[in-house]
Amino acid sequence: HGTHHAQHGLCATPKMANAPLPPPGVAARLLERLDQPGASGGLCSIQAAAELGVDHQTLVGAVKSLQALGEVIEAEARTATRWELSPEGEEVLRDGSPEVRLFRSLPEEGLPQGEAMKLPGGSLGFSKAMANKWVRLDKGAPGGPRVLRAVPSVQDTVQEHLGQVRTGGAQAVPERDRSELKRRKLLLEMTLKSYWIRKGSAFSTAVARPETELTPEMIATGSWRQLPFKPYNFSSLGLPPACGHLHPLLKVRSELRQIFLEMGFTEMRTDNFVESSFWNFDALFQPQQHPARDQHDTFFLLDPAEAPQLPPGYYNKVKKVHSQGGYGSQGYRYEWKVEEARKNLLRTHTTSASARALFQLARQKFTPVKYFSIDRVFRNESLDATHLAEFHQVEGVVADRGLTLGHLMGTLRQFFTKLGLILIPSGLKKWVEVGNSGVFRPELLLPMGLPENVTVIAWGLSLERPTMIKYGIKNIRELMGHRVNLQMVYDSPMCRLDV
Amino acid sequence: EFDELCFEFGLELDEITSEKDIISKEKGEEKAKGASDVVLYKIDVPANRYDLLCLEGLVRGLQVFKERINLPKFEKIIPAEGEGQRLIVTEQTAQIRPHAVAAVLRNITFTKDRYDSFIDLQEKLHQNICRKRALVAIGTHDLDTITGPFTFTAKAPSEIKFKPLNQSKEYTASQIMDLYRTDSHLRHYLHLIENKPRYPVIYDSNGVVLSMPPIINGDHTKISLKTRNVFIECTGTDITKAKIVLDIMVTMFSEYCEKPFTVEAVEVVHPNGKTHIYPELAYRTEKVKPEYINKKVGISETPSSLAKLLTRMCLKSHVTGNGNHLEIEIPPTRADIIHACDIVEDAAIAYGYNNIQMVIPKTYTIANQLPLNKLTELLRLDLAAAGFTEALTFALCSQEDIADKLGTDISATNAVIIANPKTAEFQVARTTLLPGLLKTIAANRKMPLPLKLFEISDIVVKDPNADVGAKNYRHLCAIYYNKSPGFEIIHGLLDRVMQVLDVPPNEENGYTIKAAEGTAFFPGRCAEVFVKGQSVGKLGVVHPDVITKFELTMPCSVLEINIEPFV
Repeated sequence: HGTHHAQHGLCATPKMANAPLPPPGVAARLLERLDQPGASGGLCSIQAAAELGVDHQTLVGAVKSLQALGEVIEAEARTATRWELSPEGEEVLRDGSPEVRLFRSLPEEGLPQGEAMKLPGGSLGFSKAMANKWVRLDKGAPGGPRVLRAVPSVQDTVQEHLGQVRTGGAQAVPERDRSELKRRKLLLEMTLKSYWIRKGSAFSTAVARPETELTPEMIATGSWRQLPFKPYNFSSLGLPPACGHLHPLLKVRSELRQIFLEMGFTEMRTDNFVESSFWNFDALFQPQQHPARDQHDTFFLLDPAEAPQLPPGYYNKVKKVHSQGGYGSQGYRYEWKVEEARKNLLRTHTTSASARALFQLARQKFTPVKYFSIDRVFRNESLDATHLAEFHQVEGVVADRGLTLGHLMGTLRQFFTKLGLILIPSGLKKWVEVGNSGVFRPELLLPMGLPENVTVIAWGLSLERPTMIKYGIKNIRELMGHRVNLQMVYDSPMCRLDV
Repeated sequence: EFDELCFEFGLELDEITSEKDIISKEKGEEKAKGASDVVLYKIDVPANRYDLLCLEGLVRGLQVFKERINLPKFEKIIPAEGEGQRLIVTEQTAQIRPHAVAAVLRNITFTKDRYDSFIDLQEKLHQNICRKRALVAIGTHDLDTITGPFTFTAKAPSEIKFKPLNQSKEYTASQIMDLYRTDSHLRHYLHLIENKPRYPVIYDSNGVVLSMPPIINGDHTKISLKTRNVFIECTGTDITKAKIVLDIMVTMFSEYCEKPFTVEAVEVVHPNGKTHIYPELAYRTEKVKPEYINKKVGISETPSSLAKLLTRMCLKSHVTGNGNHLEIEIPPTRADIIHACDIVEDAAIAYGYNNIQMVIPKTYTIANQLPLNKLTELLRLDLAAAGFTEALTFALCSQEDIADKLGTDISATNAVIIANPKTAEFQVARTTLLPGLLKTIAANRKMPLPLKLFEISDIVVKDPNADVGAKNYRHLCAIYYNKSPGFEIIHGLLDRVMQVLDVPPNEENGYTIKAAEGTAFFPGRCAEVFVKGQSVGKLGVVHPDVITKFELTMPCSVLEINIEPFV
């Protein structure tokens, strides 16, 4: 989860380390300058840069590195305006303004206009000198218009002003003149960001750049004893470990397996999603006209449409108990059809697996058992926030001689307490709407060949329902299937149902 | 108080509401204006307690439970020879609806409430035990409008012609089917006879049509508040249920007859000439030992106390044989009592579940995990420790997911195919875990790369040797999705899996991988995994076409193996 890392991390940040470092000593010299008597009110960074003979940008770097140390200095950002000479301005400072150059080049007797234009300063100097009334144009002169001096001498104030700006005296130049020079593109107005630097509450000239991390060299040389270390920012998150994650629903499954194992229950085989109607319904004494066997509720199979084998002998007993009764039962008294029993489906509950396990149990000399299973079941239902076409069923079964309804309720209380759910019995068929429970009918057990005095109690619930209650998940689709948000999986806590 | 009484009686008071409330909840307050605000109690009744489906039965049951009345004894009156009603069943019914039973309620007095309840009970029975009229259909008729004997036969649709209930003119049976094709209620029953050559029909001796079960009665015999004598017929495909339905109808409403709780019998003549008298109204006696009940519930009540509990549940009981036995009379209203265990359940309800002491069974057992599941649990932990995140995807998917999108044909997958999926998402059971993981990535494309996922779960394939013709296999699938395929990462994961399974990398008694081909893989970037010479799966770089078909954009590599050989 590489790109994740940037969002977290301690703030003794690598980012600072990556910024250009000021040359060593600048920060220290700045602190010393601040410590001098004249700087008690503070220093301008521009001025300080000039005094220390370093570039302003370098000085700003030193300011920032000192700020990162805490309260050593205070630096207040300011915006200053500075005047600079343009390249044309530099030329004027060197050679004089065009109008002065023209004036000074003009001979006493003057020159025809055409030639005057070719003098240093050229047409720009001519028009400025004309505007200043330093020269005049005699239009009636013989041989054409002639340019003549109008005053005996001139002073080059433009050059003088530029000289003042050049030496840092821009403020001494009258504002009107400055604007004129700016308009003539001889001066440039520059905006400069600077800092006003003062001593901070933890000011010390001894501050050196602190170390970010302990290094093997420091350990080896013991230099860590003398070195200051940059403080950590403990309010940010650390880096998430690059690890895998278990799915929250399956974490609950593991916990439920654990609970059953703690209670001494043995896990049943459930490794057949495809089941015959015989095991899914008939063996459980569910009549063949039962609405649960409707196409609407159950996924039937097109291929393989029928189960090739039903348990010989046993299926005849099931047929008989449905159609004629027996074992003390009236039966349902209808025509039981083997074709109906052979119809394959996706199991609608894991009770079919419990029936298979009990049938196997009946093959041998009876010993009491406690069984459990947790696996997928399938319902051809309309999907909504609490229903999926497949979900997990949790099932517990106890078979022993002389079990009672009191035993069933005692077992349920024990189980649900471990689940962290307090039981409110409201009739045996509804235990806080989480699951179902009951005693298996003799019409189910006796055809299998279990002894007559054996009672089998059982209960079932979905794995999803208690998970949703426990983790406050409203929509089952956020819990199972490919649309589940992996971030939820990454972030889900461990499963401890009893706390 | 009523809530508590229901609970004690083993019922659940679902909701207290009114017609007005219901309409306003479903359709908004505007529509509810003018609807009745008479208080309605909605009660959940166990599916097989047909005797509690109408107010008459429920009140009777609760009165008996509170010991205010004794359960009435229902009596069948058989008219003198030649004076009773007869229903003759012809052999034509055999192919479509072979069974019929009937009874008469004499000198009944209806009121609006009683009449409504009478109609409502028929509807509830039709929906419930009658399985939407497929097993049984009930017809009730004003006996004074018709003359017996009646004939239950089956005729070609064109030959049946009558005025159906609440219609103004006669239609042939075929026209009736067309008439009700759009009827919100009756259209659900048409399929029961529609494509049959003959439709069931009941006539009186003058050729008046009583009904065309299971669709509609004739208008001629319509009952009203003034009706005094009611002829009830039940026809169907299940004789046991037809008898139960008739018993329930007459036991519930004979209360309103001049001689309460008496029913006039009807003789049904079968095609073979045999006759049968209905209703059966059979009382049966069960003998149960008191200790059987005590032992099954976990209580120690005296025999007489148990007899009293059962009598309160409409199962009139008394102690016999020096207190060693209970004799319990099962009335015709309690068709749900088919075994002594049902008697035990009623005793427990009457005793009160909350009064039964909860006990932890002494059953001593040693717990065992299923080896395959234990291995799965351990591998999940190691895969997560290796940096892969667990996905949980559906076992059902579309044919496309496991075939077309992986570049193979559905016939080559050996997949189990579902007959009645509601959407394409449930066409087949998956034969590979790969599509689920690819779809999980597609749904999480916004997550930072790389994505490393795994799933250990079952796939299903057809297997003619399995008893159901199909078999699950536990697969492990892992995927690496990033800007480069990362085959070495998936290969490294295989090595790690084999390491934790203690399988060394060698050909003889360990594992090897050999270049292979697979339609889902990029050519030349696929290898087969062999363990002790046996192929267990494949790994490789996913084919770009597969990546595109699952709406992904980055290269990825996968590993999928069957873990069952390692158990």
